[in-house]
Amino acid sequence: MSISWSTCLRDYLSTFPKVTMTVELILFLILALVAIATALGMLLSRNSVYSALFLVLNFATVAVFYLLLGAPFIAMAQVTVYAGAIMVLFLFVIMLLGTEVLPAGKVLPWQRPLAGALATILVVEAIYLLLVRARSNAAIVAPEATFNTMDSLREMGMQLFSNYLLPFEVTSILLLVAMVGAIVLTKKEKGAQR
Amino acid sequence: MVPVNYYVILSAILFTIGAVGVLVRRNPLVIFMSVELMLNAANLAMVAFSSTLKSFSGQIFVFFVIAVAAAEVAVGLALIVEIFRTKHSINVDEMNSLKG
Repeated sequence: MSISWSTCLRDYLSTFPKVTMTVELILFLILALVAIATALGMLLSRNSVYSALFLVLNFATVAVFYLLLGAPFIAMAQVTVYAGAIMVLFLFVIMLLGTEVLPAGKVLPWQRPLAGALATILVVEAIYLLLVRARSNAAIVAPEATFNTMDSLREMGMQLFSNYLLPFEVTSILLLVAMVGAIVLTKKEKGAQR
Repeated sequence: MVPVNYYVILSAILFTIGAVGVLVRRNPLVIFMSVELMLNAANLAMVAFSSTLKSFSGQIFVFFVIAVAAAEVAVGLALIVEIFRTKHSINVDEMNSLKG
């Protein structure tokens, strides 16, 4: 089964504990580099079509991270919903509006330095809070092993339709409302002067 | 298994890149994509913690976040299309009046 390739690989390699760790670490580092590079590409490219395509690559990389973490269902949902549906919608709107490149306008001189300073504060604060502060109560430890893939899917389905049934149904209503809302917003009214 | 700390650091970096995108870009479509990137970074942290704590709640939350993001994108892009029709421009610096 294609969705459990990471589990198979890990099971095979787990006979050599040191090798498993190294292979996963190398894979993680390469993918992390790709994820950060594509995010920066999304941020820096002038043409918004390129931004959207960089973001598709970023979502695909994050889907591989989900596979590494033993969450195949979320990985597939990520590929189909995010990289498939949402980004195609983005590309469709970009090309519909014909605004791939915005005309250069007046640039606020303090905008970039201020954003850079705020970003530095944010990343330092996030890493500090999540790692340094959280380590004091020793809640974050590396797991010994991940769950079995098929068991994980079954268990997640059971949880979704028992404990989380009400949020699940509310989500369907939310999607219906979003669909109706999108149609109402973009519909041209008859006889309206625009 | 890669330590969960690495995933958390990666998630923080991706979230910050998304936040910078919201702050510096003037194309609302790219701002929207940056918001998606931030949602994705939060999802990555949640799946990492879910895998560490061997609990499915994190993965189920991520499922709901993906559903809500899809709804948000549908409505947001409809709003952007409507703004473009009214003002013939989608530069966020020009969206400064409540009455179009």
